[in-house]
Formats: sequence, C-alpha cells, structure tokens
Amino acid sequence: MGGHLNINHLMFLGQGALWTIGLSVIALIGGGIVGFVIALARISPLKSVRLASAVYVQLIQGTPLLVILFLGYFGLAAIGLKVSPLTAASASLTLYVAAYLGEIWRGCIQSVPKPQWEAAEGLALTRTQRMIKVILPQAIRIATPPTVGFMVQIIKNTSLASVVGFVELMRSGQIVNNSLFEPFAIYAIIAVTYFAMCYPLSLFSQRLERRMGRGRSNLAPA
Amino acid sequence: MSLQLDFPAVLERWPSFLAGAVLTLELAAFATVLGALLGTLAAVGRGTHNSLIAGACKIYVETIRNTPLLVQIFLVYFGLASLGLKFSAFTVAVTALTINVGAYTAEIMRAGFEAIPRGQIEAAEGLALSRLQIYWHIILLPAVEKVYPALTSQFVLLMLASSVCSQISAEELTAVANYIQSDTYRAFETYIIVAVLYVILSLVMRAGFWGLGLVLFPRRRRLGTPL
Repeated sequence: MGGHLNINHLMFLGQGALWTIGLSVIALIGGGIVGFVIALARISPLKSVRLASAVYVQLIQGTPLLVILFLGYFGLAAIGLKVSPLTAASASLTLYVAAYLGEIWRGCIQSVPKPQWEAAEGLALTRTQRMIKVILPQAIRIATPPTVGFMVQIIKNTSLASVVGFVELMRSGQIVNNSLFEPFAIYAIIAVTYFAMCYPLSLFSQRLERRMGRGRSNLAPA
Repeated sequence: MSLQLDFPAVLERWPSFLAGAVLTLELAAFATVLGALLGTLAAVGRGTHNSLIAGACKIYVETIRNTPLLVQIFLVYFGLASLGLKFSAFTVAVTALTINVGAYTAEIMRAGFEAIPRGQIEAAEGLALSRLQIYWHIILLPAVEKVYPALTSQFVLLMLASSVCSQISAEELTAVANYIQSDTYRAFETYIIVAVLYVILSLVMRAGFWGLGLVLFPRRRRLGTPL
C-alpha cells in the first residue's frame, strides 16, 4: 500500500496497452478470417449452410462477450485442454468478432448492385470467379468504413479479457491500483489511454464514410 | 480426458438464476428508459446553435463511445465513492449503464433528426405551430419512428452489456453465474445455462420491442415497413 504513481507503474500500464493492441489485432485477424467464412455461408446457395450460419450469428449476438469469455476459459479447461488466458481470450474474441463482422460483410456483399451480379453471370463467369473478380472488389470498398468502425468495438471489448486474468491495459490498471489504491486517478488514465487508441479510428471511419458517401452518390443513378 | 457434464447439479439452483435474470431485466429497463431520455436530450443539445451546449454534448458522446464500458463502470463506482457518496451496486450500475447507452442513443437520434426533411419543418412553421409542437410532432416522433429498429438493437446490446456490472458485484445474471460456478465447481455447465438464458432474454426483448413498435407506429405497419 501507499506510494505514488511513478515511472515503473506507467511502464507497466504501457506494456498493458501494447497487449491490448496485440489482442485486438489477433481478434481482428482471427475474427476476420472466420467472419469472412460466415459472410459467405450466410449467402450460400445451400439452405442448410445458410441456416447453420444464421443460428451461429444469432447465438453469439444473443450472448454477452463476458459469458463467451468465461465459456472459453472454463470450457476449454473442462475438456482437458490447459489454456492460457491469452489463448482463451483470443479464441473467445475470435468467435465473437466473427459473428459481427460476418453480418457486416454479408450486408456489404449483398449491397453490391444486382446488375453487377447479373452481368458477371451473363459473362459466363463461374460462381467463384464472379465472387473474386466482380463482387468482392466492390464489396471491400463498401465494407471499409464499417469495418474500421468495428475495430473501435474490438479494442473496447478486449478490456473484458481482464476478467479471465489476461494482463492487458484494464488488468494492468487493476494491478497498479491494488498497490496504490488510487482508483479514480488510475482508471481515468486508463480511460484516456483507451480514448487515445479509439478516437483516431472513429474519426478515420467517419471520414471514410463521408468520402464513400460522395463516391456512391455519384454512381447512384443507373 | 473425457468431458463429464452434470447439468442437474447446476439446474437445481434455478431460483438464483431466475433472480439474476430478473435483476438483469430490471437493470436493462431502468437504463433503457433513462438512457433514451438522456440520449435524446444530448442529441437535441448537439443540434442547438449554442456552441457551448453543442460542444459539451459532442464531448460527452465521443468520450463515452471511445472508452470501454468496464472502465466507465469503475470510474462511476470509485468516482461516487471518492465524493463520499455511498450508493448500492444497483444504483451505480444503472447510472453507469445510463451514461453509456445515452451516448449511443444520442448518435442514433441525431441520425433520425437529420433524416427529417427541411421542408416539413418549414411547412409546420407555415401552419403556425409553436416551437414545442414542431419539436414534438414534426421532429421527435417521426425521427423515433425512423430509427426505431436501430434503437431497439442498441437496447438489446445494452441488456447484454449489463453483464459487465457483475464486476462491481451487482447481483445480476453473470454475477449469479460466477457465484454458482465457484460454489459447485461446474463452471462449463453454469455458463452454458447462463448463455442460453441471455439468448432467451434477448429474443424476448426483441419480440417485446417488435410488439411495442406495432402499437406505437400504426402508420408504419400500414406501409408494411419492417420494424
């Protein structure tokens, strides 16, 4: 107990902040890969695949991330796998992010104008060619602003990994607080740090959206 | 290693689960109503010509939207305590959730306000409606009608986010789960049950909002616009 906030505490918080970024990147990449599969499955020609992916999305979107994290942490332990907090947090966040990114990207793929699909079909492209050469390049443009916006959600949500003992920014704040007991000051520092990570992304997302808005309105009358 | 699941051992604690689910719904209900009011005020504030009020509302919205709920809850919890105020965990949880969802509601409502065609307001002025009447009948109600689906999703997300309140020992569903799993050592079963309960709660909330929408917006129902 006692003592003042010194450079070592700040270094420790900085390390936590780096882990927050690291975990966010893992969640974005993992969730992006699985989410892409989900997005394709949601528009699959097979009804069973569509249904299964829709159920997955509904289940994940109807469960709090905190509960998913506990399930990942204790669930993997229950089947006898010894998991580190990092593994549990990465796996849970991947499943969580995939459900949301999958839905966002499905919307983006489906918002590529219908004539584009028809034209690609008329050129006798196969389904895969049509996807890769015609639809996806346009969908990626549409998907960029909401994806950047969702990255803010990912960064904020990694704070919940602290409850399974992963030492990211939030958890390192709690640890520092346990030795100093100045909760208000420390959590204020934590809040400012999160803000510094998230706000630039928010602004970037807004700017992308505005730019897209202009581009799209020029294309609109067809 | 084989996985042995024993659901009955956990399910016999159903009264605790039920109490937790009820408290989760109470938290969500209070925060939804208060947050909707706060958010609407903030959205109106952001649209005023007074740059001081508009700036304050913008700072509020951006600060909340760019920091995690967990940090906000701790700040409210310890902030009130350091002011010498002692509140129950429930009050702190409702306060923090209200502040949180207010910011998201403000953004949604602002989008609703911006979607009101300028001509409608001019027409209302031409009909000599008072400012208050214009705000209520021409701006607020149609705006809410437009953004109703987005608002309801936000409120369902709020209910799910209230699980974070378990960290300040508000006895809601997730806190109950934490307690039961430490008591029975059946963590996996406990959290599966709780996950199912949350899915049910979110489906119930969606159905409730959908029904409410049918009652509140008969015009929309006639137009056949999905809620």
